[in-house]
Parts: sequence; structure tokens; C-alpha cells
Amino acid sequence: MVLSDKDLLKTPLHDLHVELGARMVPFAGYAMPVQYPAGIMTEHRHCRASAALFDVSHMGQVRVTGEQAQAGLEALMPIDLSTLPEAQQRYALLTSDSGGILDDLMVARLSDGFMLVVNASRKHEDMAHLKRGLNKGTQAELLEEQALLALQGPKAATVLSRLSPGIEKLPFMHLADVEIAGFRCTASRSGYSGEDGYEISVANADAETLARRLLEEEEVAAAGLGARDSLRLEAGLCLYGNDIDETTTPVEAGLVWAVQKSRRTSGGFPGDKVILEQIEKGAERKRVGFKVQGRAPVREGAALEDKDGNTIGRITSGGFGPSVEMPIAMGYVPAEMTAPGTELVARVRNKPVALEVVKLPFRAHNYYRG
Amino acid sequence: MAKMYYSEEHEWVRVEDDGAAVIGITDYAQQQLGDVVFVDLPDEGKEVEKGDEVAVVESVKAASEVYAAVSGAVTEVNEALADTPNLVNESPEGEGWFFKLTLSDQSELEALMDEAAYANFVKGLD
Repeated sequence: MVLSDKDLLKTPLHDLHVELGARMVPFAGYAMPVQYPAGIMTEHRHCRASAALFDVSHMGQVRVTGEQAQAGLEALMPIDLSTLPEAQQRYALLTSDSGGILDDLMVARLSDGFMLVVNASRKHEDMAHLKRGLNKGTQAELLEEQALLALQGPKAATVLSRLSPGIEKLPFMHLADVEIAGFRCTASRSGYSGEDGYEISVANADAETLARRLLEEEEVAAAGLGARDSLRLEAGLCLYGNDIDETTTPVEAGLVWAVQKSRRTSGGFPGDKVILEQIEKGAERKRVGFKVQGRAPVREGAALEDKDGNTIGRITSGGFGPSVEMPIAMGYVPAEMTAPGTELVARVRNKPVALEVVKLPFRAHNYYRG
Repeated sequence: MAKMYYSEEHEWVRVEDDGAAVIGITDYAQQQLGDVVFVDLPDEGKEVEKGDEVAVVESVKAASEVYAAVSGAVTEVNEALADTPNLVNESPEGEGWFFKLTLSDQSELEALMDEAAYANFVKGLD
């Protein structure tokens, strides 16, 4: 089915995006701003230097409640929720029976259950999966009445503290129910840019007014999905559908840290046999970062070759990094080719482009550590 | 006086007094692409046919093919774009030119638009 633009869903900030001159593109069934007139490069650098406001209302906010909610979620993810205190969140993976990744998400413990933030492109599949997998008496509800804003950058805390005093002290990966400029919100100290920042869940009805209020602060500029993608790539963070999917395991993707220690012995999650065996013996291929020689960007789908011209893997994300000022990429290579300094070749329009394996991230994370 | 021609694929062709054709992309095209980070140019001496994929413009977000608006032999490429690809954004119809051609078929120019017609064409796209 081909959706015409008029079938696209709109976030509560749609009119604001249009007013700001955004170029709107279809993304996961929504009309989303890929960039504003400033352009991806400027928006990206503004986020690294100051504070950028992103509309991420297309993402799925899912409330999971019920007495068995914890056990139910632990049966679907290699996560140990017994060590997750209230008002804290953690990165997690929904795994498949074959050890692949169905989605990556944030899980937070609330006073009466859990809040998941899942990828826009996966939210309906995730809901169906949760409803199938969670035991009776556990409810999973997609919060359609909540928008999600991300304020990211080294000045995010300063800006937000003016509108919500005290929020600058919220520790990394913690949540708080707060009023921001008078609006009831749930804010978490987290994001997808590699910078300090917040994700702010706010009622759809209040979202546009809050966004306008944030944009009034001189440090804040709107940024679109283009900058969001280049920021997360420099930060070495995976994009679901590119760098991870049902064919990649957490071990191959370098996400073993999202499989908590207690689950590595007990298992009891989908794909446990495959994943635990790979943790013990290693995976045959791994996700790595690449520095690209020259200026030609190497993008997703490009084949990777060893020195003898054998195809050994492929690029899963790639582009120009505005802050590192060179083309960068991520992709999968055989385990024996993961050492930093390993030289490989990518095929771009049938021309060879030299690459070198480098340690991720491309740019050091700048998270708030209190 | 050099004369400007424009294609529906948002390229311009400037025919210089000596008959050489300079090719680039229009201001509208660079705005649509956003920040240009790399331009893959043809090799000098390459013979291109109208409609051939002759160059690729890479923005932060995506790669876009440039198809030849006219046929001819490439005599020179804009070496400055290797180090400063954003000339395409800053001066799309000036310093951000792509390559020069010796036209093999002058009559192909007749199928292209003049500046006024192209401006109208772009207006119709929004």
C-alpha cells in the first residue's frame, strides 16, 4: 500500500513545524520535520553547542501495569527489573525466539507499573507482541494522548531549570513528574544525541504551547530528524531497522550490556539459548564503527570488502558527521576484523572507498554525571 | 554574452561565448538537498549522453543523482568542490559549478528552459 501524504499522521506540533518552515517527510507513518531552514548541519552543531528541541511524538509511549507486569516484561526482555528503582529508566531490548532484536526501547519504573518508550516504526508490532506475551492481568496501553519532546544539548539543563527549577539536578537516566512552564510533564534525563538532555512527555493539548515556550529561550533551536540521525550516528547509537533488527543479535550488535548479568545465567527470555551461547563463545560477526577516508559518504547498504575483494559485510548506517567533520559509518564485519585500525573497503557506486575500523562512539558522550 | 538554460531536473547549463557549456545545479536544487558534503564528479574526457547519470551530490542526509541535461565531452571539473563542497550551497550558479562540456548536439539546448520559464516551473512545484 502506498500512502499519500494526506494519509500521514500528524503530531501535535505539526502546525508549528510548518510555521517554522520545516521540510516535512513521511517517517513511520507520520509527517515529520527532517530539517528546518537552518539545515541539518547547523541544527546538529547547535545541539552540540547549545540546546536543540526535537519532536519525537511519533515514538510509542506504552504504560504497562498489573501485579505481574515485572515478570511479564522480564519474560520478553533480557532485563533484570528487580534492580531498577522507581523513577529510573534503563535501555532494553525485545528479543525474538531466534535471538534477534524486535525493538530497542527505554523502560522506566513508575510507582504503579512501567513506562516503555519504543520506536515509532515498531510501536504497533510491539503492542501486539506485548499483548501476546504478557500474562493475563497485565495491561499494556499505548498512550495516544501524550506527546514527546526531546531537549538535547549542553545547555538543556540551564534552559529547563528556568522553567522548572531543580530539574537541573535530575540524575542521568532518572525520571520526575514535574511542571515545566506550568504544564504537567514527566521528564527523563536521557536522549539520543550523545549530549546531556531531557525527554519530556506532555499532554498533546499542551505540547505546542510548551514547545513554543522552549523555543523562546535564546539557547534553543528546533532540530529535525536529519540532525537527530547524524547526532546519534556520531554517538555510536543504533538505529532500529538499520543497525539492529530481527536478523541481528544483541551480541553481534555490541549490546550485551543491555543483557543484565542475572539473566546471563538464568535465561528465560526469547532467544536465550542463542544469545547466551554467543555471550559465552562470541558471535561470528560484530557491529563496528568506521572512519571513512576522503570525503565521500558511505551509506547504509554499501557492501564491505576485505583487501582481497571478498565481500565480508555491509554498512548499516553512514553519512557525514557534522561535528567530527568527516564521513563515518557503522556496519557488521566478521569477528576477526573488528580490531581498531583494520582496513577495509566499501563499494560506493561501484568505486572502492577505504575505511578503517575505529572505536565507537565517534564523539565522546557528554551525559550529566552529577 | 553567456546564455543560461535550465532543465526540469534542476540543472543549469551556461553556454559561454566560446561555445563551452558549464553545468551545475540550481539554487532550488541546493535548497532541496540541504548541506552538500560531497560531489562525485565525472572524469575529464568522459563522453556523456543526455540523460546519463553524470554526477552524484551527497548531502548530510542522502545521495542524489545528477543526470546530464545535454550531451558532450567533459573538458574540466570543478576541483574546488573536493575541499569545499558547500560552494554548491553558497554559490550554486557561480563558484559551485560542477563541470564543463564540449556540446555534441547544440539542438539539445532548445528543449531546455530559459530563466523565466524555469522560475515559473519551480513556482508550480510548491
